Amino acid sequence: MLTLTFLLSGTLLAATPLLIAALGELVVEKSGILNLSIEGMMAFGAVIGFIVVTKTDGYWLAIAVGGLAGSALSVVFGAVVLVTLGNQVATGIAVGILGLGLSALIGQPFESSTVAPMAKVAIPVLSQLPIVGRGLFNHPAIVYLAPVLAFAIWFMLMKTKVGLIIRAVGESPESAHAIGYNVNAVRFAAILFGGFLAGVAGAFISIASTTLWANGLIAGRGWIVVALVVFATWRSGRIVIGAYLFGAATIGELLVQSFGIAIPSQLLTSIPFIATIVAIVLLSMDGRSIRLNAPVSLGRVYQVTQ
Amino acid sequence: MIKMPWVIETKSHRSPYAPLLAPLVAVAITVCTGIILLSLRGVPPGKALFFLYFSPFSSAFNISEVFLKMAPLLLIAQGLAIGFRAKVWNIGAEGQLLLGAIGASLLPIFFNDSQNPLMLPAMALIGGCFGMAWAGIAAWVRVRFNANEILVTLMLNSIALQLLFYLVAGPLRDPFGFNFPQSALFPEVGMLPILVDGLRVNISIFFAVIVTLLAWLFVERSMIGYKLEVGGTAPDAARYAGFGEGRAIWIALLIGGAAAGLAGAFEAAGPLGQLQRNISPGYGFAAIIVAFLGGLRAIGILFAAFFMAVIFVGGDIAQTSAGVPFAVNIVLQGVLLVTYLAARVFVDYRVRFGTKRRLPEGAH
Repeated sequence: MLTLTFLLSGTLLAATPLLIAALGELVVEKSGILNLSIEGMMAFGAVIGFIVVTKTDGYWLAIAVGGLAGSALSVVFGAVVLVTLGNQVATGIAVGILGLGLSALIGQPFESSTVAPMAKVAIPVLSQLPIVGRGLFNHPAIVYLAPVLAFAIWFMLMKTKVGLIIRAVGESPESAHAIGYNVNAVRFAAILFGGFLAGVAGAFISIASTTLWANGLIAGRGWIVVALVVFATWRSGRIVIGAYLFGAATIGELLVQSFGIAIPSQLLTSIPFIATIVAIVLLSMDGRSIRLNAPVSLGRVYQVTQ
Repeated sequence: MIKMPWVIETKSHRSPYAPLLAPLVAVAITVCTGIILLSLRGVPPGKALFFLYFSPFSSAFNISEVFLKMAPLLLIAQGLAIGFRAKVWNIGAEGQLLLGAIGASLLPIFFNDSQNPLMLPAMALIGGCFGMAWAGIAAWVRVRFNANEILVTLMLNSIALQLLFYLVAGPLRDPFGFNFPQSALFPEVGMLPILVDGLRVNISIFFAVIVTLLAWLFVERSMIGYKLEVGGTAPDAARYAGFGEGRAIWIALLIGGAAAGLAGAFEAAGPLGQLQRNISPGYGFAAIIVAFLGGLRAIGILFAAFFMAVIFVGGDIAQTSAGVPFAVNIVLQGVLLVTYLAARVFVDYRVRFGTKRRLPEGAH
């Protein structure tokens, strides 16, 4: 019984940052920009959030400042890909490396220190349910807010004018420009938003789920986030499903141990990465769902014409 | 609506010196950033400049370290650049390097008392093949299933690292090594010859220079190299000429994998002399930066690899003599590539201040 509680709550805690960051990346990619620097932005948000908690004890402040840190880094990314028309793949990698370096540098005095975990909000009644109650309904508020955010972003992208503009810019920047939208301004806003959510996700990891700072804390999760968006074929609903599946995969280690099966821990650590490759392969096989759903101008340099 | 106070236009022709501008600007900004970063940590600017950029040349030992670190960077970057020119984004050099190191280590670990002089060449061959095979996975799923090579090569990096951790903790661990996660030391025949007694620089730097020449010939003088580049810049034209995308992807990834695998073999057989967890201080990622900084051209990469090696060695020296964390190296690598990519705009486009658009040349 305790094991089940542990696994459910472990899955939710692992899935929440993946979901939050992937929703941000979704908006960025919908606007036609491929941002590969999520890993660095999450690390930067994680270390800044951690420091804020250490200094002020303000958890929500830490989440917000962590998000702003992610946005600050995404300003660099946005400036290089939009203003100086840099290659998006290379720029994403460059800013990612910059973020990892900065977070290691800033975080060095805090290496291996811990904080108390973010306060849990037990949902009345539901958290008293037998078996699943403690596992699903006794978490920091952000865990419950993440699926709400997914719904909000789906609504924003699909049902509002703002969403329509973002999608138009991503599908055909030339046409969006022709009917009077400022393509670069829309994309810059999307990049800032994506950076903010990546920073929030990182801060969540350092102050709510692992509650410590160590160099390499993000450990490839930023890349899984990028894969998740492809896996979900750019649909918010599927991102939710994918995030929880990957959350479950990342705690596969605990699951297998709880059944007492002897498998090398390194193989278990690899499961999410192997699962990602398998998922991308399965998904890309017919190619139709990717071609139909991928923003047409994704990754392409768009040169503003006056 | 926000208007930028400048206009970016497509260039009709490019001066031969323009491509030099971007790397020089990037290097200058990186040097300044390094000095500022160290000053913030209480190192006087003059000393910071010395530690980071002069001390790598201050002694025979340090110069030897620069060439030692330049070898893998140069080797990997040449392989990657061929792929990048064909727009095949192999981000997995780090994993391919690890696989190369693992493959090359098998011989000296299992034939630990061997005296056979053919061991070293065999190790290099196996290392190259292992790197190739690891990259081949990405090529296969890309060509066969259309799976994005960026994501697959990235995931393969993480898997390769776990594979290495598993092997050095278990099957390949030195049975007499007090349970340390590392293999037995290689026999003499499994080690790269040292160039100068007492220093660590070995013959891998010669191989890297030879590979540079081969890469230059391949890119600038061979038909396949030309077709690859056309495939990257104008895929439709390449397909029309009968050169399929699939072949380009296979060739680009296999070359990149082989080069990275060879670099991994040389790391194991060179400065380390055994297989261990930290076989690479991020050469596979740094080489991506080197490839771009060198303008994806063989000769440019030679200089870029040298500068990146200086950053590595300068960072190490600053770490030991001024207590500056290793992370400074990573920040500087990031700054280097970010500023380079931003400065490229002056090479690839014409930037004019003022918002009026000029008529294209010849359209009077």
